[in-house]
Amino acid sequence: MSQLNLHLKVWRQNAGQPGHFQDIDAPDIPDHASFLEMMDIVNERLISKGQEPVAFDHDCREGICGMCSMQINGVPHGPEKATTTCQLHMRKFRTGDTIWIEPFRAKAFPVIKDLVVDRGAFDRIQQAGGFVSVRTGAPQDANALPIGKEIADAAMDAAECIGCGACVAACKNASAMLFVSAKAGQLNLLPQGQPEKDRRTLGMVRQMDKEGFGNCTNQYECEAACPKQISVRWITKLNRDYAVAAVKEAFGNTPKVSGGGD
Amino acid sequence: MSAVFDSISRFYSSSIGKKILVALTGAALALFVLGHMIGNLLVFAGPDAINEYGHMLQTALHGGGVWIARIGLLAAVAVHVVATVSLTKANKAARPDAYGQHKAQVSGRSSRIMIWSGLTVLAFIIFHLLHFTIRAGNDFNGAAYKTELHGETVHNVFKMVIDGFSSTPASIFYLIAMALLCSHLSHGFSSLFQTLGISTDKTEPLFKKAGYAFAGLIFAGNAAIVLSIWLFGYGR
Repeated sequence: MSQLNLHLKVWRQNAGQPGHFQDIDAPDIPDHASFLEMMDIVNERLISKGQEPVAFDHDCREGICGMCSMQINGVPHGPEKATTTCQLHMRKFRTGDTIWIEPFRAKAFPVIKDLVVDRGAFDRIQQAGGFVSVRTGAPQDANALPIGKEIADAAMDAAECIGCGACVAACKNASAMLFVSAKAGQLNLLPQGQPEKDRRTLGMVRQMDKEGFGNCTNQYECEAACPKQISVRWITKLNRDYAVAAVKEAFGNTPKVSGGGD
Repeated sequence: MSAVFDSISRFYSSSIGKKILVALTGAALALFVLGHMIGNLLVFAGPDAINEYGHMLQTALHGGGVWIARIGLLAAVAVHVVATVSLTKANKAARPDAYGQHKAQVSGRSSRIMIWSGLTVLAFIIFHLLHFTIRAGNDFNGAAYKTELHGETVHNVFKMVIDGFSSTPASIFYLIAMALLCSHLSHGFSSLFQTLGISTDKTEPLFKKAGYAFAGLIFAGNAAIVLSIWLFGYGR
């Protein structure tokens, strides 16, 4: 085990006030620590010196909850491909390195404190259609609804999205298209999602626009930054599904005439 | 009736709706650019070939064809520009506070300067229309630019092009604009298939390569006309 001597530039901000970078020296960091453990060590030292610790988001620390964030040296979740900040290890850095640590920046993700941002916009997008309505009652027989393996596998790929917001952070336009397309596409692909497909697509895209995210310019930085490697082909699908739903909405029967449903 | 217009206005005000319009108008404009270049390459087939081509365009559908094309193209340019400017404004507003460090991992330079390459091309289109279509600030509308073709008096497109590209500043501006158009098309070509929901894992690499080839072809063809006249004295 070796120790790293690092120099951190950490974003400090209180909600509603302007922020700034604070220079923090982080000597003697064990290289087997995770990035969040490094932050824990730094915070322990700040607290023992009577200073305010750095606020950052974390929960499961095993790469599946989507809570940890941080723009590390200009890249969401740091330099490792397909890795969340909690799974990033300090051995990926060299002693003497300067590390820039910033919040995920977007108008739709307001800073709560330091590195903690409010990602409630994602929840509101989900509430606008990212679900399948089921009636209560006895469950249907298993396998009553056949689903091809290719479809099931693809839906699982989209379902891998942990909603961390790295796609928004990486995009130069702070667009949420990768998140929205994964959440809508997962259900739009499966037979269970068909009845509400158009309503879901229109609802989620409109909520996304309302939240103040930017627009996709097809540069695919989101895919490169995604810790779950969600493919931009989901965005292709969302574009297609949206076009179809919008045309149906514009020229099709109103729900009153067709009796609802589609 | 108004329900349809409500839905259309909702479509336009949505992010994806605007992008689909940008993609469709972009596709139309890219096709025009290709046709325009192929037609212009007739300059290398000699004065009669390009003058006859120009006369054909002017007189198609009893002179109405050219106006149908002009109105269609102007509408496409207007939608393309207005929608992209509005999208770009929204994009800037979506990140009010800049990063201290922000690394682009996969996006190319062309994709990041689309608005600037696009606006330069727009400025070029205005200059180009004043130069060769309206022919303002030059005497390309004068009697010296009339010629006889099959017993008819027609506009001497050949002489106009040769004289136009005998000017160094105009030639340089044309080359810069073509380079930026090439950059714009290199991202726009494959991008439009993604926005229209057509790209797949298998076709995306093809669309990318086809986009680079298309952009290169447009630059090579158009620059050949300018360079051969301006630098190598073709037709002078």
